[in-house]
Amino acid sequence: MSGKRSFWQRAAAAPHMVWSVLFIIAPLIFVLYYSFTDSQGNFTLDNIKSIFNQKYVVIFVNSVTLAVIATLICLVIAYPLAYIFSRMRERWQKVAILLTILPLWMNFLITTYSWMTLLEDTGVINTILKKIGLNPIHMINTPGAVVVGMVFCFLPYMILPIYSVMAGLDVQLIEAAADLGCNSFKILTKVIMPMSVSGVVSGITMVFVPSISTFFISQKLGGGTFQLIGDTIEGYFTGTAINYNVGASLSLILMILILISMAIMNRYTDTEDTKGRPML
Amino acid sequence: MKIKLGSKKLAAFVFIAVLLALTLSGCGADNVLYVYNWGEYISDGSEGSLNVEKAFEEYYFELTGETLDVRYTTYPSNEDLYAKISGGGSEYDVIFPSDYMIERMISEGLLQKINLEAVCEKYGVECLYSYIDDNYKGLYYDPTDEYSVPYTYGRVGIIYNKEVVDEADIGGWDLMWNEKYAGKILQFNNSRDAFATALFKLGYSVNTTNEAEWREAHDLLLQQKSIIQGYVMDEVFNKMESGEAAIAPYYAGDYFIMRRANENLGFYYPENTNIFVDAMCIPKGSRNPEIAALFINFMLSEEIAIENAKYVFYASPNSLVYNNAEYREFMGEEAMEVLYPENFDFSGELAKNGFRNLDPETLALISSLWEDLKITGGIGTGVYVVGAVVILVIIAGITALTIRKKRRARYE
Repeated sequence: MSGKRSFWQRAAAAPHMVWSVLFIIAPLIFVLYYSFTDSQGNFTLDNIKSIFNQKYVVIFVNSVTLAVIATLICLVIAYPLAYIFSRMRERWQKVAILLTILPLWMNFLITTYSWMTLLEDTGVINTILKKIGLNPIHMINTPGAVVVGMVFCFLPYMILPIYSVMAGLDVQLIEAAADLGCNSFKILTKVIMPMSVSGVVSGITMVFVPSISTFFISQKLGGGTFQLIGDTIEGYFTGTAINYNVGASLSLILMILILISMAIMNRYTDTEDTKGRPML
Repeated sequence: MKIKLGSKKLAAFVFIAVLLALTLSGCGADNVLYVYNWGEYISDGSEGSLNVEKAFEEYYFELTGETLDVRYTTYPSNEDLYAKISGGGSEYDVIFPSDYMIERMISEGLLQKINLEAVCEKYGVECLYSYIDDNYKGLYYDPTDEYSVPYTYGRVGIIYNKEVVDEADIGGWDLMWNEKYAGKILQFNNSRDAFATALFKLGYSVNTTNEAEWREAHDLLLQQKSIIQGYVMDEVFNKMESGEAAIAPYYAGDYFIMRRANENLGFYYPENTNIFVDAMCIPKGSRNPEIAALFINFMLSEEIAIENAKYVFYASPNSLVYNNAEYREFMGEEAMEVLYPENFDFSGELAKNGFRNLDPETLALISSLWEDLKITGGIGTGVYVVGAVVILVIIAGITALTIRKKRRARYE
């Protein structure tokens, strides 16, 4: 079994290779191609240049702001949850993780639609508020509603990597720290936190990237009253003035931005522990 | 070890079986017909309606003795359809573009002529084209009627909630700018349709190439933005049915679908409003243009056309439909009046208020103004402040970490 890969092993890996080339590498080449050509297919830098104007800067700032807020809220919710999960009895751990994954079984378009009916002025939450005699709150079509949608849709992606790191954490280290005179706060900051950084980093990546590029959540929960980068890109591919070239350039810039921020994150969180390497 | 080997063989077997099944499944029928239509635009068998796809497969089998597989897919906009067809490589047999898109596709040589009579003769069935009302023949986009067979038509009107909106305020496009109903108004989330409402209000043509007029329309939309609940497309159904919103422009046919869920809704046409025809066409790349033509003729037959008209709720240009007593009763008097107005100069209205193809410069202008509209007002300074604080905290955290790490490195 060891050593050479058998024919069947290669055959089993082949679909994955074909898949990656066809659906990951080829589209990336198309994005690059469209970014640097005009509608006639000639080389040009105009698309990239056209992006550096005030309009797109505002759109990018909007997207980054909402994505950062959503990611931070996810982190604040997920970190204690992941810790609690990892300290539960094994049977309950399984249940907790199942409950975390459960929302992912549902298509997130449906999830977003449900949030729409929850947050509306005549929606479930406001109806309950009115019933118990409180003032209704206007929530739908605000940036806050979009953040709520992002947090709900992407929270499991934050909990799971942090949980997997914490579950692998050696309890003896915590006991040792306690023996050497650490109080529980010190244990948290000196032992648990440094050792779970890698999980946090992958969690942040997995929440930040989909948050910054989402267009469906912002359209449904934001009511189309403001525009994020995802909406803008979508508009260039399906809207009135279809322009694949500018759309592709925007995607390219977005990808570069994400890569840069990930590089910075990974650089500064380069810790000595080896368990659960950060994704990307 | 033995078990492992066995499971591997099994996995390989399953893998190959799946591959085979995938490649062979396409070879089941003698012929395949690719139909590409708008979403929710054909009777599909849901809620007890007739499944037109299956019905045509059976009809074809009875007629020729050959099996046919109808592959039905949908698109959300004319622009999407155009992108697919003009990009080449697709092999659709029947498509349903709107008037201005048909004009564009004909001028770019993307459609082929439909030989309905020749095909009907070949298959020995009655050609039903003559049942299409003369009002919907010879329209500007296809003056000789060689490329298209009209399927539905309609106009945009304003849907309002009678419980919220005063009868005195209704009438024109002004209702959508009435500050009394701030926060209760919906607007199209589609640049061309949204701009059309403003252009109609201003009394300009929706096909103007005058930049100043588009800018004026943009200013009007911007003025409206502060009193608008949101820019929506399909969500309009939910929001109007639940009473979340009280005023929305949408298509007449869809109003009747909404009213089934909410009795308090009312509807009217402003004096000038957008009008459209969707017609069945056969693109150049079609491999089975004869079966496609047979399908189009089948769509005109009384039973099928009525089933579709009942399902879609848009007006049908087919006299077999609107003269049918059972259909008229099903629709009700009000719907018949709204959808099939009498003495209506359809061809004139379409030429005057229908969308036309615009040159790329104007389209780029619209899309740029639309982005400006969306960006103005932004997401509120409060959100920016929160975002800035978050980013500052992160930077501070990272700096603290680095300093500590450096200090520790010095000790080591």
